[in-house]
Amino acid sequence: MRWTLWVPLALFTFFLGLAAYQLSQPKDDVIVSGMIGKPLPQFSLEPISPDRPGVSTADFQDGTPKLLNIWASWCLPCIAEAPHLERLKEQGVQIIGIAIRDKPEDVARFLNRHGNPYTRIGSDDLSAIQFELGSSGVPETYVIDGDGMIRYQHIGDVRAEHVPMLIQQLEAAR
Amino acid sequence: MIAELGLAALWLCAALAVLQLIGGALAQRRDTASGLAAMVRPAAMLQGLLAGLAFACLLWVFAVTDLSVKLVATNSHSLKPMLFKLSGAWGNHEGSMLLWVTVMALAGGLIAMVEKRLPEKTMQATLAAQGFVAIGFYAFLLISSNPFERLAVAAVEGQGLNPLLQDAGLAFHPPTLYFGYVGLSVAFSFAVGALLTRNVTPEFARVMRPWVLGAWVFLTLGITAGSYWAYYELGWGGWWFWDPVENASLMPWLAATALLHSVSVLAARDALRTWTIMLGVVAFSMSMLGTFLVRSGLLTSVHAFAVDPERGTFILFLLAIYIGGALLLFGLRAGHVREGERFQLTSREGALVFNNVMLSAILGIVLLGTLYPLLTEAFDVRVSVGPPYFNPVGAIFTIPMLLVMAVGPLLRWRRDSIERIKLPIAIVTSIIVSVAVLAALMGDIAVLPLLGLCVAIGLAVASFLPLRGRNLLRVPIATWGMVLAHFGIAVALFGMASDSAFTKERLAALQLGEEVTVGDWRVTLDGVDPVAGPNWTAMEAQVSAWRGSGAPILLLPQSRNFWAPPMQTSESALATQWDGQLYAVIGNRTEDGRWQLRVWWKPFVTFIWYGGLLIALGGALAAIGRVMADLKRRSVRARANSRRTERRAKGFA
Repeated sequence: MRWTLWVPLALFTFFLGLAAYQLSQPKDDVIVSGMIGKPLPQFSLEPISPDRPGVSTADFQDGTPKLLNIWASWCLPCIAEAPHLERLKEQGVQIIGIAIRDKPEDVARFLNRHGNPYTRIGSDDLSAIQFELGSSGVPETYVIDGDGMIRYQHIGDVRAEHVPMLIQQLEAAR
Repeated sequence: MIAELGLAALWLCAALAVLQLIGGALAQRRDTASGLAAMVRPAAMLQGLLAGLAFACLLWVFAVTDLSVKLVATNSHSLKPMLFKLSGAWGNHEGSMLLWVTVMALAGGLIAMVEKRLPEKTMQATLAAQGFVAIGFYAFLLISSNPFERLAVAAVEGQGLNPLLQDAGLAFHPPTLYFGYVGLSVAFSFAVGALLTRNVTPEFARVMRPWVLGAWVFLTLGITAGSYWAYYELGWGGWWFWDPVENASLMPWLAATALLHSVSVLAARDALRTWTIMLGVVAFSMSMLGTFLVRSGLLTSVHAFAVDPERGTFILFLLAIYIGGALLLFGLRAGHVREGERFQLTSREGALVFNNVMLSAILGIVLLGTLYPLLTEAFDVRVSVGPPYFNPVGAIFTIPMLLVMAVGPLLRWRRDSIERIKLPIAIVTSIIVSVAVLAALMGDIAVLPLLGLCVAIGLAVASFLPLRGRNLLRVPIATWGMVLAHFGIAVALFGMASDSAFTKERLAALQLGEEVTVGDWRVTLDGVDPVAGPNWTAMEAQVSAWRGSGAPILLLPQSRNFWAPPMQTSESALATQWDGQLYAVIGNRTEDGRWQLRVWWKPFVTFIWYGGLLIALGGALAAIGRVMADLKRRSVRARANSRRTERRAKGFA
C-alpha cells in the first residue's frame, strides 16, 4: 500500500494544473443578458427631458433597427461615450435613451454639456426596465431590430472602435 | 519615517527567515549546537520581534492617517472612527498579508523560546520549515504587495474603506481567522520537522496539540463571527451561503477538527502516526488554498474584496512549493515512519478514526463543491454549486458522525464492547426517536431540519454522559472542554435546524402606520426619518413589534448611503428574544410612497452562534487543561531530576 502515500500529491498536482490553466485564461467577468434573441419586454417610460418624448416598446416596432442606450447623468463612462454616440447619430443611427435613476435637472445639465444624440429618452427611476432587459450596469447599448427583437448587447462605454461594429450590427439587423 | 522603519524591519525579518532555514538545514547534517545551527532559535525570536514592530508601524500610519502611504490613501479616510482606521490596516490585501506573517513570526518566536521537549534536531527542522514558509510570504509582501509603499505626492484625502467592512464584528473576524490559519502553519512545520527527522512520537503529538487546539479555537471564533457578520450586515437573513470564501474558512476548520482528534489518539495511544502527519499537512494546505481562492479571483464570490490574478499566480507558486514539497516529502518519508499501536474497532480509537474518516469525507465534499466550477469552466460550462448539493450530501456524512460522536467518548481506549455502554445508547436512541415523533406530529418539517433537531437534542444529552458517575470536581479540565465543545455542536445544530424548519418571512410594502404579521408577531411601520453618521447618511425606519400582550419592541433598520466610497448598504435591525430573533430590513420607497419592509422571525437562530462560542470555549478549556497538565508533568520531571542529581552528588561525596 506504499502507493497510497502518493495519492495526495497526485491530487494536488491535478489541482495545480487546473488552477494554473484557469489563471492563464483571460478572466471573463461580463454577464451577458439572457434576453438576446428575444423580444423587448413590454414597458412604457415617462419622458425626463422636456424636448424628448418618453419611450415605450412600440417605439421599437416601426421597422427600423435602432440602438437602445442605457445611461445616466451620474455615470462617468457615459460622458466618455457621449462623443461616439454623437458620431453614430451623425451617420443616421436612431438612438433611444433610457436614463437610469436620474433627475430631470441632472439630465438637462448632462445633455447641455455633452450633447444629445437621443430621439427619445425614458426615465427608469427604479432600474425596473434595466433589470428586465438583463442589463447589469450603465452604460450598455442594445441593438434592437425593426420588430423590437433584441439582437445584440454591448456592455460598457461605446468607444471609437465600436462605432463601425455597431453600425454593422444594425445593418445585420435589417 | 515610520513607514520606512516598518519596511526595514520586514527586510530584516526576511533575512532572519533565510538564516533560520539554512541553520535548520545544516543542523540536519551536522551538530545541532554548532555555528549557524545554534542561531536558529535566536533568529526565530528576533524575527517575531521585528515582524511585530513592522505591524506596529503599519497600525501607526493608519492611526495618524499618513496619506503619503499608498495603502492608507487607498483604504482609509481622516473622518473614519479610530477603531475602523485601525481595522483598515488589515481590511485590505497588503495589510492582511502583513498581519499573517506577523502572527506567523510571533508564533515561530514563541516556539523557539519555550518549546524544549522535542529532540533539538526535530525542533530545528521545524523552525527551518517555519522559516521556509515565512520566506515565501515575505517575498510576496516585499516584491508584489509592499504595504509601506509611498506615494510620490501625498493624497489630499483617503478613499475610504469598503463600508461593508466598517463594522466592529469585522474588525475582529479576519485577525481571529488568521490566528487560526497561522496556528495550523505551526502544526504544518511540526509535521514537516517530524517527517524530516522521522520522529513521530506521542511526545511530538503532545507538543503539537496546544497549537492545533489554539488554531481550532480561533478558527471556530472566526467562522462564528464571520457568519454572524454576514447574517446581520448583508441583510439577507441567511447565516451561511456556501460561498467559496466561507468554504475556504470551513475547510481548514474541518481538517483541524480531524487533526485535533487524531493528535489526541497519537498522544494518548501512539497510534495513527502517518495519518496525523498527513492531516497536519492538509490542514495548513487548506488555509493556503483558501487564501489563494479568495485573492486570485479564480472563483467568483461575494466576498472577493482583494482580487488580483497576478497575486493569484504568486500564491499558486507558493502553494506549489510548500504543499507540493510537503506532500512529496510525505510520499518519500511516510513509509519509513514506524507503524503505531494497533486497536480494535470498538474502542475510543475506533470511534475517533470513524470521526476522522467522516470529517475527511465532508472536507472532500466541500472541497469538490468549491472547486467544481473551476473544473467545469475548463470545459466552458458555467455552474454554481450551492445548498442543494452541500446540504444533503454533507448531511450523509455529518449525521452518522454526530451519532458516533454521541457515544464515542463513553468507549474505553484500545478495546471495549457495545454491551458495556448499552444503557447510554438506549437513552440517546429513545430521546432521538421521541423527538422525531414529536416534531413529526407538530407539523410539516423537511427531512433535513427534522433529522437535525433529533440529533441535536440527542447529542446535547449525550455530550454530558461522559461525566456520569464521576466526581465532577476531579474531572480534568480537558474533559470539561470536550464535553462543552460537543454540547456546543449540539446547540449550534439545534439553531441551524430550527432556523430552517420554523423561520417565518414577510415582505410587504407599507404605508406609515400600517401593520403586518409575521409568525405570532405584529409589526407596525411607525415612521421613516433621515439620520446621519460620521461618514454616512441614512433613511431610518421606526418599526414597532408586539407579541401577545407584551410591551412593544422598537426596531430601527436603516438604508445607509456612504459617500467615501459611494455605496448603499442596508443595516438590519435585530431584536433578540430568548427563543429567537426578529430581523427587519428596510428597502426602497415605492412610487406610491410606501416603504418596502422585510421581516423575519427566526426561532432559536441565535443558538447557532451560542453553539459556536461554546465550541470555542470548550477548545480553549481543552488547550488550557493540556498545557497545565504538561507544565505539571514537566515540573514533576524536573524535581525528580534534581533529586536524582542531589542523590548522586551525595553518593559521590
